[in-house]
Amino acid sequence: MSVNPMSQPPASAALPAVRSGAPARSLPDFAIFAAVVALSAGAVAFLVHAEDQRVILAALLGLGLAWAAAARLRVIAAVERGSAAHPWPARMVMAGACAAVLVVLRQDNFGLLMLATVLIYATTCLGLTIQLGYAGLSNFAAAAFVGCGGYTAAAFGRIEGLALPDAAVILLGGVTAVAVGSALILPVLRTRGHYAALTTLAFGVMFNVFLDANELLGGPQGLKLAPINLFGWDFSQDPVLFGVEFSFYANYALLCLALTAGALVLAGLLDRSWMGIRLDAVRLDEVAAQVFGLRVARWKILAFTLGNALAGMAGAVYAKMTGFIAPNNFTLGDSLMMVSIVILGGIGNRWGVLPAALIVVLLPEKLQFIQEYRLLLFAVLVILVLVLSPGGLLPRRTRTLAGGAA
Amino acid sequence: MSAAGGVILEARGLSVRFGGLLALNALDLTVRRGEVLGLIGPNGSGKTTFFNVTSGIYAAAAGRILLDGRDITREPAHNLARLGLARTFQRARLCLPLSVFDNIALGAQERLPQGLVDNLLRRRSLARDIEALAEEARTLARLFNPDLARRLSDPAIALGMIDRRRVEICRALIGRPKILLLDEPSAGMTHEETNQLVDEILAVQRRNGDLTIVIVEHEMGLIERITDRCIVLNYGRKICEGRFREVAADPTVREAYLGPS
Repeated sequence: MSVNPMSQPPASAALPAVRSGAPARSLPDFAIFAAVVALSAGAVAFLVHAEDQRVILAALLGLGLAWAAAARLRVIAAVERGSAAHPWPARMVMAGACAAVLVVLRQDNFGLLMLATVLIYATTCLGLTIQLGYAGLSNFAAAAFVGCGGYTAAAFGRIEGLALPDAAVILLGGVTAVAVGSALILPVLRTRGHYAALTTLAFGVMFNVFLDANELLGGPQGLKLAPINLFGWDFSQDPVLFGVEFSFYANYALLCLALTAGALVLAGLLDRSWMGIRLDAVRLDEVAAQVFGLRVARWKILAFTLGNALAGMAGAVYAKMTGFIAPNNFTLGDSLMMVSIVILGGIGNRWGVLPAALIVVLLPEKLQFIQEYRLLLFAVLVILVLVLSPGGLLPRRTRTLAGGAA
Repeated sequence: MSAAGGVILEARGLSVRFGGLLALNALDLTVRRGEVLGLIGPNGSGKTTFFNVTSGIYAAAAGRILLDGRDITREPAHNLARLGLARTFQRARLCLPLSVFDNIALGAQERLPQGLVDNLLRRRSLARDIEALAEEARTLARLFNPDLARRLSDPAIALGMIDRRRVEICRALIGRPKILLLDEPSAGMTHEETNQLVDEILAVQRRNGDLTIVIVEHEMGLIERITDRCIVLNYGRKICEGRFREVAADPTVREAYLGPS
């Protein structure tokens, strides 16, 4: 993560009224930030670990109310100010919270697998954020690009005598997703709005049909994969750290966390650079963007490529983590889930993806009785959020690269 | 003014066709360096079409457009900013959710780093570029409205109509164009606001003497006050050319606006 020298002035400039008192205010803001992170970590650990359906429902209700109260009391704004005023301490707090969750859940195989899955979704949705949120490209085939990565990992594992290191396999997952996506670039560039959505949707369906029919890739039965081994770090072994024994799923949770963190940094750096302005301009007004010298196609291709690369890498890790993939892991329904995560979180706000992915992935797993109705639940949830807070759980803020005061 | 009389923009036999309609019909016109040229004519006479074909949004069916002696007829829109052409739109086309600074910065794209490495990894130099451009944007905005210069981090949607127009013009000017096409700056504003804005534009033009302005406008008082010369279009053709007073007295022009007497 590179030092971001700009994050300090804009943080205070975003709220000119606070400017004069900024040093005095930033410490309480930071304390609020730390408290919210700690509470969230606690809530995550509790939700993942809890079994009793009634307790979970009560906890969810409580969290929903807490969220509404936080939004009303401007806690979210304070959290944003606090973390922006002290970026490095903020990152340390977040890392500490993640470590704490891992330690609490150290023996919970299913919980850790679920968390890792949430992070896989979050990474993919950060790719979607770059595509849909920044450049305005509809992509209803995100799960297919995850599948590209997954099947790449599986295919390389089946080639006798070729022992690629797993780091390379994960990267190749991203490369494959980009390569397959490049076949879609022309239709994506030539269509807009609903039509663009339809092209990607059709591609997602075709991808599934292709996998089902392809004997070499296992057909509907799917393919098995070996666990990850990163530079001698064997992911199938239970790690022991400082005398504490962890489930081997902690390895995967950690790797997924690193992937998500990398995606967050990428999306953040993009957003807070000239690239962010360009992608926004392409989304908001192509004609004006062109008139001011932007090659619209170039920036769309960049966003599409970056997003697919993230999806592909996430897919390779996901496939290796579950040890088995089949076409029905990468369906249209999954793609829709990913789009709904982006909308639920707040289109274009990279942090919104985290709570949204947690809700959308965890909820059906935890509330078994709604399992069959989960798509219905997402629909209701997304509609509810769009009615109550049109910008999503964490609406995107106006980018402030340069301060307002002279 | 510098290089007075030199031709900066020229259309030769320029035609634009929409299906069966000739929006521009073999139009010939020249714009001289440093002048303020008014482009007037009744609704549908082809004024905005001329702007759109010049800025590369529409394709010409016939004829040529020369910018500074260079043929730009087939030049894609995204190359024209680099060649020194900037414009505003009749219906302001700001990116409303973005900050004032982001909107203005869009006009300076040509000189900002394009590569991923420069944007994502060289953050210190990026921060310096941002500060430099912000200073430039502030200086420019101050020429129009000192208050606007303090609102660079506000979203454009929070601005009133006149300030939005100002931002649009700042966005066009920050790219240091040779020629600025203003499409109906008065649209959506009161008489007073329009006059104020136009005075500001003229003040900016006087500051960098060789900026050429072509203005499409329906408000004739404004045209009379600010233009050096006028060209009147009707049905995609040039029907008259000269100082505003000469043009306004011309019978063909009167007929185009009011019908045959």
